Amino acid sequence: MREVAIIGVGIHPWGELWGDSLRTIWTRAALAALDDAGVDRVDAITVGCMSGGMFVGQEHLGALLADELGMAGTAAMRVESACASGGMALRAGFAEVAAGLADIVLVTGVEKMTDVSGDEATAALATAADAETEVFYGATFPGLYAMMARSHMAKYGTTAEQLAAVAVKNHTHGMLNPNAQYRRRVTVDEVLGSTMVAAPLHILDCSPITDGAAAVVIAEISVARRLAKGRPLVKISGVGSATDRMALHSRADMAALPSTTLAAERAYAMAQRKPADVHLAEVHDCFTIAEIMVLEALGFCRPGEGAAQAPSGRTALGGERPVNTSGGLKSKGHPVGATGVAQVIEIVTQLRGEAGERQVKGARVGLTQNMGGTGASSVVHILEVAS
Amino acid sequence: MRNVGIVGYGSYIPRRRIRLADIARVWGADAQAYERGLELHEKSVPGRDEDTITMSVTAARRALARAGIDPREIGAIYIGSESHPYAVKPSGTTVAHALGAVPEIHCADLEFACKAGSEGMFLASALVKAGEVRFALGIGADTSQGAPGDALEYSAAAGAAAFIFGAEKLVATLDAQVSFMTDTPDFWRREYMHYPRHAGRFTGEPAYFAHTFGAARLLLEKSGLAPKDFAFAVFHQPNGKFPMRAGLSLGFTRKQLEQGWLSPWLGNTYSGASPIGLTAILDVAKPGDKVFMVSYGSGAGSDGFVWTVTERIDEVRALAPHTRDLLDNGKVYVDYGTYAKLRGKIRMAE
Amino acid sequence: MSGLNPARRAREFPVRYRLEAARRRGCGHVVVPARLVCPACRGRAWETVTLPAEGKVETFTVIHVGPAEFREDTPYVLAVVELADGTRITTQLADVDPAAVGAGMPVRLEFRRITADGEAGVIAYGHKAVPV
Repeated sequence: MREVAIIGVGIHPWGELWGDSLRTIWTRAALAALDDAGVDRVDAITVGCMSGGMFVGQEHLGALLADELGMAGTAAMRVESACASGGMALRAGFAEVAAGLADIVLVTGVEKMTDVSGDEATAALATAADAETEVFYGATFPGLYAMMARSHMAKYGTTAEQLAAVAVKNHTHGMLNPNAQYRRRVTVDEVLGSTMVAAPLHILDCSPITDGAAAVVIAEISVARRLAKGRPLVKISGVGSATDRMALHSRADMAALPSTTLAAERAYAMAQRKPADVHLAEVHDCFTIAEIMVLEALGFCRPGEGAAQAPSGRTALGGERPVNTSGGLKSKGHPVGATGVAQVIEIVTQLRGEAGERQVKGARVGLTQNMGGTGASSVVHILEVAS
Repeated sequence: MRNVGIVGYGSYIPRRRIRLADIARVWGADAQAYERGLELHEKSVPGRDEDTITMSVTAARRALARAGIDPREIGAIYIGSESHPYAVKPSGTTVAHALGAVPEIHCADLEFACKAGSEGMFLASALVKAGEVRFALGIGADTSQGAPGDALEYSAAAGAAAFIFGAEKLVATLDAQVSFMTDTPDFWRREYMHYPRHAGRFTGEPAYFAHTFGAARLLLEKSGLAPKDFAFAVFHQPNGKFPMRAGLSLGFTRKQLEQGWLSPWLGNTYSGASPIGLTAILDVAKPGDKVFMVSYGSGAGSDGFVWTVTERIDEVRALAPHTRDLLDNGKVYVDYGTYAKLRGKIRMAE
Repeated sequence: MSGLNPARRAREFPVRYRLEAARRRGCGHVVVPARLVCPACRGRAWETVTLPAEGKVETFTVIHVGPAEFREDTPYVLAVVELADGTRITTQLADVDPAAVGAGMPVRLEFRRITADGEAGVIAYGHKAVPV
């Protein structure tokens, strides 16, 4: 396998982008990444997008977006794994470079979620769960994660306040991210007092509906070194992905995320790293409980200790191992297919030392964890400053 | 002619109730007058997930539990209702499919206002008697509607009763069966109209009572019995008053009438009315007890049945819930706003 | 996109109407709905079985903000129910006060209307869990 590095990143403010179509949002991010990389040609394009079809009536995004970039002719494909589409788009691009199919790949993620009504968006997102055995009976995503939260609370004594602490932390970080959708502080009381969506999850425990795109350019490492222009080179040292049973009720332990544990094991093995080596991480906090469970699954703490992390300050900027310095899905937004790529952009920015007020000092090894549905798929990347 | 009768029986009553007083308050009506005049206090209210089909399935499953037969042996299913979920596509197909009684089965949905349930029983028993099928299912079920503020809104309720007929394993023999019918426009609903209409006081003497008495007299003649020969009697119960008046006029006593008299706390379950009353009787009847049953459906007509309970009732009675338990226990009261929401009476966004 | 296509609904009747499931002839694992490959042993020989109607609540939530087709039912209880044979399903709880639901609560499955395709489309039936 050849080594792969990230040579360019591109992202713009996320939010309800009423004036911009999916094509525009995506193309802008892609151009920004290509500019940052200093290239205007790539060998292949990957597009992470959960459902162009349901949100804007458009499939076949690889071809469409190559066209929008004036790159018709370039190999391109859309990659889907529900909310892990972006991370999987990176894994797919990584594989092309590692295998020698391509030297430079434009890896992107996009989702345009506000061209449909709230109900239609909810229904589209629900296709990440089991349509026959869960959604048919009225399961919603907050509802499924609420049951995971309840299982976690019953097993480990996790409290609603501990869930809220995750939202508070991520909003504090998001205030420092100029691209975040919501750049305002929230308090534990506000979270607990906000509308109940699916008990015990309140609206402020849930990530929002967002329009946005993110793009990175990756290259085989010797190509990358030529293009680096003196900046710290960030290589992808580990990649791992895994699946788990689709329906929540099929899982042996509804308070755990085995797909993340397995994906992480694979990534750690490839990178020859262990959890203690990781300085910071971007994880999939689609709901506050998810961040808690992911920390346990990644081996950052023992099962049952995840809920204590945010309240203790360990996962905040300035703490032992900051998690979601970008603001996470909660504050930065969750344009589904773009999330996994944006997580990588935050880590690259940190490892390059370009994170400004959000900078984690001495960051050299970072991890991203992107997850689909209630954890039926996970993809983990480990990124490091290359020597 | 072989002995036919009921092999298994079951009922279903939704858990929600609304008090007449809460309906009257909204329409500025005199609650006490309604309660006294109709002898009704509260009625059952179906949820959005309960309809004629769902209630029929559960009632029929309870009947199957008591019958102890393989559902594939059921050769016919007749569901009578005024509130079939589809105007075209029989409730019976879904119910039979859910029971596992398909595909060798005859099916027809029936309508005859409140006597559609007893019609199903009439046809099911006749088919068995003729030897066409081994077992046949007759069900009466309704989630009836009354126009807002109309007298019928105080009584229109929901419930179901299911009876498996056969010529073996009987819990009650059918000793006589009659039907009495004329064209009497006392209550009707035109196609595509949402609520039924009625002719006020014309629904009394010339309609309910004329046909109930007509069928009752035919039944007493045909069976050669007198009211005193029966342990129980049950009549169609559109309110609390009519069945009592009919029964007492015919010479039955309050004691004979009380066990099957559910309407004061259930409301009028339309096609389920006298059939559910019969299930309440079967829950307590002793072997040898005779039961007199006359239904009534507007339009108009009455079916009459004489049953004799057998020894087998003692073996199967406990195999499914008892009707009076379903009526009295686990009740949840709703207010008028919730009732209107559940019954689709609020104009929603298009 | 309506999920209430009649052909698709009809295909699901055995599961929705009669709680039909499949049991692996070898390892005994039960799956609902039936599938080709056993998730436990990867085997492919099956026999048809019926799920028991009795079970208990494993975990649950009360959904206050529901999808369009269940909006009129909120708040409603969604639960993972463990049936008497160990099989787990997800379904709504009916006829229950959301405040009174707890893990371990005994329930039985009852035939109910789940949803309908508007006023004119097909009605989808299935089973909800009611308190025993």
